[in-house]
Amino acid sequence: MIPTAYFLVLSAVLFVMGTVGFLVKKDLITQFMCVEVMLNAANLAFIAFAHSASSLNGQIIVFFIITVAAAEAAVGLAIILLVYKQRKTVKSEDISLMKG
Amino acid sequence: MSDIFWLIPLIPALSTLILAVFGDRLPKKYISFQACGAVFVSFLISLYSFIGLLNISPEQYPVVKNLFTWIHSGNFQANLSFQFDPLTAVMTLVVTAVGFLIHVYSIGYMAEDRSYSRFFTLMNLFTFSMLILVMASNIVLMFVGWEGVGFCSYMLIGFWFEKHSAANAGKKAFIVNRIGDAGFLIGIMFIIVSIGSTEFANINHAVAGGSLSPGLVTLIALLLFVGATGKSAQIPLYVWLPDAMEGPTPVSALIHAATMVTAGVYMVARLNVFYTMSEAAGFIVALIGAITAVYAATMALTQNDIKRVLAYSTISQIGYMFIGCGVGAFAAGIFHLYTHAFFKSLLFLAAGSVMHALSGELDMRKMGGLKKYMPYTYPTFLIGAIAIAGVPFLSGFFSKDAILTAAFANGQYVIWALGLSGAVLTAFYMFRLIFLTFHGKERIQPEAKKHLHESPSVMTVPLSILAFFSVVAGYAGLPVVLGKNVNWFQNFLSPLMHPGHEAHLNLTTEWLLIGVSIVVALGGIWIAYLFYLRNPQIPHRIAARFPFLYKLLVHKYYVDEAYDTVFVKPAIKGSEFVYQKFDLNVIDGAVNKTAAGSGWLGKTLSYLQTGLIKDYALVFLLGTIILLGLLIF
Repeated sequence: MIPTAYFLVLSAVLFVMGTVGFLVKKDLITQFMCVEVMLNAANLAFIAFAHSASSLNGQIIVFFIITVAAAEAAVGLAIILLVYKQRKTVKSEDISLMKG
Repeated sequence: MSDIFWLIPLIPALSTLILAVFGDRLPKKYISFQACGAVFVSFLISLYSFIGLLNISPEQYPVVKNLFTWIHSGNFQANLSFQFDPLTAVMTLVVTAVGFLIHVYSIGYMAEDRSYSRFFTLMNLFTFSMLILVMASNIVLMFVGWEGVGFCSYMLIGFWFEKHSAANAGKKAFIVNRIGDAGFLIGIMFIIVSIGSTEFANINHAVAGGSLSPGLVTLIALLLFVGATGKSAQIPLYVWLPDAMEGPTPVSALIHAATMVTAGVYMVARLNVFYTMSEAAGFIVALIGAITAVYAATMALTQNDIKRVLAYSTISQIGYMFIGCGVGAFAAGIFHLYTHAFFKSLLFLAAGSVMHALSGELDMRKMGGLKKYMPYTYPTFLIGAIAIAGVPFLSGFFSKDAILTAAFANGQYVIWALGLSGAVLTAFYMFRLIFLTFHGKERIQPEAKKHLHESPSVMTVPLSILAFFSVVAGYAGLPVVLGKNVNWFQNFLSPLMHPGHEAHLNLTTEWLLIGVSIVVALGGIWIAYLFYLRNPQIPHRIAARFPFLYKLLVHKYYVDEAYDTVFVKPAIKGSEFVYQKFDLNVIDGAVNKTAAGSGWLGKTLSYLQTGLIKDYALVFLLGTIILLGLLIF
């Protein structure tokens, strides 16, 4: 059996990749994909813990997260699409209306 | 007797509530009916309770009806409780009877006014407050009524508040009364601290038993009297009453002649034990009363405003009541209060009827010869004037004579002489008023002449009833020369009065004093006749001969001006200074600086908002790491 720690390390690596990607990439679509990676890193950690604890709870939560993520992806992509329609760009630096 | 008397003040209160809430939507006819009806029902209950009172023995006075405990804190307790005893009976009967007639009169007088319901709401509220004042069985509840009538007085003086002078007169009355009330309130606190009870019965018992040091009794008596000088317009706080004539005339009749202004006299009579225990306080009360009686009468001599003459006359007459209370003849003082309520409200209402006829004219120089146009107002006015002048067989004669006789009997000859000279002046200025208004040449403005008419019967009938009482009211208290026990009024009140040093004169002296009073009254009338009908040039010649004296009187001894310079102007200047320096700089400054500071802080902090999603994410990440670090280590 593969030890739980391996899963957790993989989860952490994925999470860091997602975070760094979100911070360094300029394209909104890429950033959005990075967020998805972070989300799935968390899912992986959940499953790993659920498996080691022989509990179904973690796995059920993962199902919920996947459902919510699907909905969130739909909303997020729609927003990005509208931003593009309006401003003809998906570069996150160009979208700074909230500047104080 | 039944204790139904607690309903007396509550019925006008109920009527006030209804009128205050629905008044604007109710028809005028209904408003008049309800307002007058409420006072009339109170009158009937007063009459019923009065008859009940006659059937019980004096040992059972006062009958107390305790509704509930109002304040209870430590040793201090004040109840919402009413009492009924002879003094209360006299006061409630006067307030409700005269009040009812004035309410009826107002239906005619205020018919054209657009604030009809507001007027009757306030009149009913006033009746309620006045009844609380006279029926309260403890001094704290009495103070509530005391302030209530002050408030109604303020509201009704400034009833036509669009007029600048009326609004100012209301303010003046309120502020001057506050000064007196401060004294009264301190007096009440002394009573509570030193006696520990607020009930009149306990206060009387404690003071009569000598449990207070004489100095303290004098102090409390004088502090209470300060309150009385404010409410009852005595020297030095009388200045508000002449200005109070800005209010509608029924208000002047009800509040500023018959009832509220006599509250001070009622209070002194209610707490008479203080003024009999402390001779000094009694003497000061009598002296202030006597000086006011003469002083106010001299000011009435040169006034041309018909209502102001009556206002000064009221001040002067209340002075007489205080003479009575000061020399220990409390029954005589209250007797004068009771007769005065009839003839003075009669005079005011008749003056209002004259004003009504002349489209609001107040200046007597623009009247004259009205006798033939006003067949009802003239005789009633004349009866009032004869009564106040002290001509025999009318009410004013009996009451004024009782006071002067008591002053003489107590050896207060100076006060007696002052009162007597006040009586000459009273007879003189009242008949000056009559002659200038109703007799002599017509000096009516052509504009007013067109509308000249006698008042409707809703006004003249109350006048006639008051005139009737002005004649007969005095027979309740006949002088002792006519028999031993004919002064029913004094016998009725005597169980309440702390037995002081009562002096008796022999009958010859009494007859002599009565003779002097009669001569004085008729003399005053004769001089007025001489001056204003026989030879109208005399007053002008006298004025030209003593220009300084004349000017002094016309300007009312420059007291208003003096108060203005000494108190009002410095107060305004001081307030102005505080406003400029403290209010604008410190208080407004603090508020403005706080606002400016928040603005600056917001502006500065807003630079943190770059609008870039990545920056937010980075801060978010750092925050998470720090929190995690704190959690782990």
